[in-house]
Amino acid sequence: MPLYHTEDQAMLADSARGFMAEEGNISKQLRHWRDRNCKDGFGHGLWKQMAEMGFTGMLVSEDDGGLGMGHVEAGIVLEEIGRNLTPSPFLTSSVLAATALGHASSDLKGRYLPGLIEGESVFAVAIDETAKHRPSRIGTRAEKSGNGFKLSGSKSFVIQGASSDMIVVAARTSGSDEDEDGITLFAVPQDADGMSQNPVRLVDSSMASHIKFDGVELDGDAVIGEVDGGREVLNAMLAAGRVGAAAEGVGVAQGAMDMTVDYLKQRKQFGKLIGEFQALQHRAAHLYSEVEVARAATIKAQQLLDEGAPSADLMTSVAKAKVAKAAGLAVKEGVQMHGGIGMTDEYDIGLYMKRDRALAEFLGDAYFHANRVAQLSGY
Amino acid sequence: MSDLEKFRAETREWLEANCPEEMRQPVREDDDVYWGGRNATFKNDAQKAWFEAARDKGYTVPSWPKEYGGAGLSPAEAKILRQEMAAIGARPPLSSFGIWMLGPALLKFGTEGQKKRFLNEIARGEIRWCQGYSEPGSGSDLVSMQTYGEDKGDHWIVNGQKIWTSYADKADWIFCLVRTNKDDKYKGITFMLFDMAGEGVSTKPILLISGNSPFCETFMDNVKVPKSYGEDCPGYVGEINRGWDVAKYLLGHEREMISGMGGGDRLTAIGTAMTRHAAKNGDEIDPVLRSEMALFDVDALAFTAMAEKFMDEMKAGKGHPAQPNMMKYVGTEINKRRHELMMSAGGSRSLEWESEETRGGKAPRDWLRTKANSIEGGTSEVMLNVISKRILELPGG
Ligand SMILES: Cc1cc2nc3c(=O)[nH]c(=O)nc-3n(C[C@H](O)[C@H](O)[C@H](O)COP(=O)(O)OP(=O)(O)OC[C@H]3O[C@@H](n4cnc5c(N)ncnc54)[C@H](O)[C@@H]3O)c2cc1C
Ligand SMILES: Cc1cc2nc3c(=O)[nH]c(=O)nc-3n(C[C@H](O)[C@H](O)[C@H](O)COP(=O)(O)OP(=O)(O)OC[C@H]3O[C@@H](n4cnc5c(N)ncnc54)[C@H](O)[C@@H]3O)c2cc1C
Repeated sequence: MPLYHTEDQAMLADSARGFMAEEGNISKQLRHWRDRNCKDGFGHGLWKQMAEMGFTGMLVSEDDGGLGMGHVEAGIVLEEIGRNLTPSPFLTSSVLAATALGHASSDLKGRYLPGLIEGESVFAVAIDETAKHRPSRIGTRAEKSGNGFKLSGSKSFVIQGASSDMIVVAARTSGSDEDEDGITLFAVPQDADGMSQNPVRLVDSSMASHIKFDGVELDGDAVIGEVDGGREVLNAMLAAGRVGAAAEGVGVAQGAMDMTVDYLKQRKQFGKLIGEFQALQHRAAHLYSEVEVARAATIKAQQLLDEGAPSADLMTSVAKAKVAKAAGLAVKEGVQMHGGIGMTDEYDIGLYMKRDRALAEFLGDAYFHANRVAQLSGY
Repeated sequence: MSDLEKFRAETREWLEANCPEEMRQPVREDDDVYWGGRNATFKNDAQKAWFEAARDKGYTVPSWPKEYGGAGLSPAEAKILRQEMAAIGARPPLSSFGIWMLGPALLKFGTEGQKKRFLNEIARGEIRWCQGYSEPGSGSDLVSMQTYGEDKGDHWIVNGQKIWTSYADKADWIFCLVRTNKDDKYKGITFMLFDMAGEGVSTKPILLISGNSPFCETFMDNVKVPKSYGEDCPGYVGEINRGWDVAKYLLGHEREMISGMGGGDRLTAIGTAMTRHAAKNGDEIDPVLRSEMALFDVDALAFTAMAEKFMDEMKAGKGHPAQPNMMKYVGTEINKRRHELMMSAGGSRSLEWESEETRGGKAPRDWLRTKANSIEGGTSEVMLNVISKRILELPGG
């Protein structure tokens, strides 16, 4: 596969770009919901519109009523989401949860996928139990009880947990916290007895939940995939989510960089456009280079994942780490080069900085993934 | 099986039969690289066999047309050949500035006669070329160059000095920027080709901090450069006084070539090699060094993807024409970092300047050599200038 978009993908990119710029832009979505202190942090109207655009079920197979597209396509939508800082359940529902549900029984699929594809339902995933991403350690337990399970434990920073109709929960059905095996994934409905949520607003004004499971009773048919064999599904879900977060990060980086480069061409100081100063030109050119490299790593990871190549795992971590670094640079340089105005709430560049911080942390930061690159490479 | 799959299978078979085991080892010493030329000698039989097989197949320049010594491969086929060669770690059968720089310029600007003659010579490794651009007073500001060619009707008389001419002392011919009109800075340069064995051309090596001296000062003292080497074969490329266009085009290819050093074709992390090497020698890798390596590998593997994307886009005519500047900038900075890390991982062993075991102090020499990567072919600062002006379209200057 050449590392650029095919004609079909370029067409999708055009329509996603137009749609997000029109409907998903910062004033219509992020600022709008933030200023109203919206409990979801995103608008359900836009989610419906995204369904009408055919985005919500992109990664759902055609047999299950979706479009059966790949990570390159999902990444195209995510990049535009990133560029416009559009708050939406796309990454958690259409990428992460949809990947998990792809491994579910036809019963579960039938229960949840139509709502997702219609843009009626929102899903979350509950993996981490501490402030840092550590999916190798799962302590939440699900014990056999009758023909079902009893779920106990807690999960932290579940993005959009309180707004979701269903949460994919990674729990332990055997072994000890650090074991590779013994993981089972469950589809837990929002109204499950014994589940309590404490939602908090994050720096990017998205909502995350701290969830407690106090003997939550689940039917046997809430299991996604195999009992004790959930690690594989979890890994597939993580890979999809990480490569998706990388794509969104490329959009955040590009959006911040574009704003900054535009500003350099408008702002005058010392009788010159500040973009004429070589000290700033070189930093802008360096930033451009970093963003381009991050973008290349991301499309490579997307393609490898779509091909099911064994090196997809390595490249996914490369992309997630590289994007975190490049987008981090983009927002830091963005705020700095805007001078004082970059510090104001009225101006958008600071919103990019906040979103980048949250996205960089999601599903593993640059250091987590660099470490993983080393481990996967055998050192 | 699709045509491309068939091509891949055939390529694999051909490489299996024609690329000797010795040619699938990493390059260790300078003479592991074959440069061709009038006075070339082969290091061993394997090098000779590999070069000749590749030459006869057109694989020294796989994507050049067949009539000019290439194999006429399509971009997709050329990519497959690159991948298959990388998969077995095959060395390039022939390295040359003719292939990387002059060739592309001739393909774009040359006459049919020039292509027939010079491209075939390059593809067959018969003539080794060097590049005469820089002068003592003109490095980054190349267009200020002064070497002058006086018009004598059917020839020029060239006087001046070039500097940093890589391998000038081993080269047969030079492609050289010569001022032919003193009134117009840009439209007063002619891109000339001449034989280094001719009268009035002399070279003097420059010793580098790496202890090697593949670079020379090149002096031109009343050198006679013919305007023609025969029918349809001018002694200059492009138009007289419009050599700057050719020079700039060629620089794009030079930057592309230099940038290639940053990545590798394979998805391999260098941390792996370095830690293994250290472990074999009973050394311990400090955790802080390991984390530097891991962060480096993120950058290097991401750049490898960028290099592949860049190639794909170039072949498809997509991408920005100033993109080679970005590749050159990132690739060379990465390569310097790689060698810094290799020095650290090697510890005191990398300090050995002369020793059997370290193959003549290759590690420190390579490390020092890479410092030139962000200078040769245009400095990193100049690359950043070009990116900010031509890609980001920032104002001024
Ligand atoms: C939180 C905060 C509190 C403040 N408090 C006060 C206060 O109490 N009183 C007061 O008077 N002011 C105050 N300021 C204003 C502050 O001094 C200015 O913001 C600052 O001097 C930068 O000017 P600017 O914002 O107009 O940015 P600009 O001057 O427009 O700069 C924009 C960008 O261009 C760069 N740039 C500008 N000129 C050059 C150059 N020649 N070469 C290279 N780069 C250049 C800058 O470094 C910056 O990155 C405050 C600002 C902030 C953010
Ligand atoms: C190993 C090696 C091999 C080479 N091979 C060849 C060859 O085969 N043929 C050939 O013709 N040349 C060759 N060169 C020459 C090379 O192209 C020049 O060295 C290079 O272009 C820089 O020019 P300079 O050395 O005169 O440095 P200068 O141009 O004097 O630069 C000095 C410093 O000033 C900075 N600088 C200059 N202008 C600007 C600007 N506008 N903005 C910001 N910073 C600036 C530079 O980045 C650099 O850091 C080679 C050089 C080396 C080191």
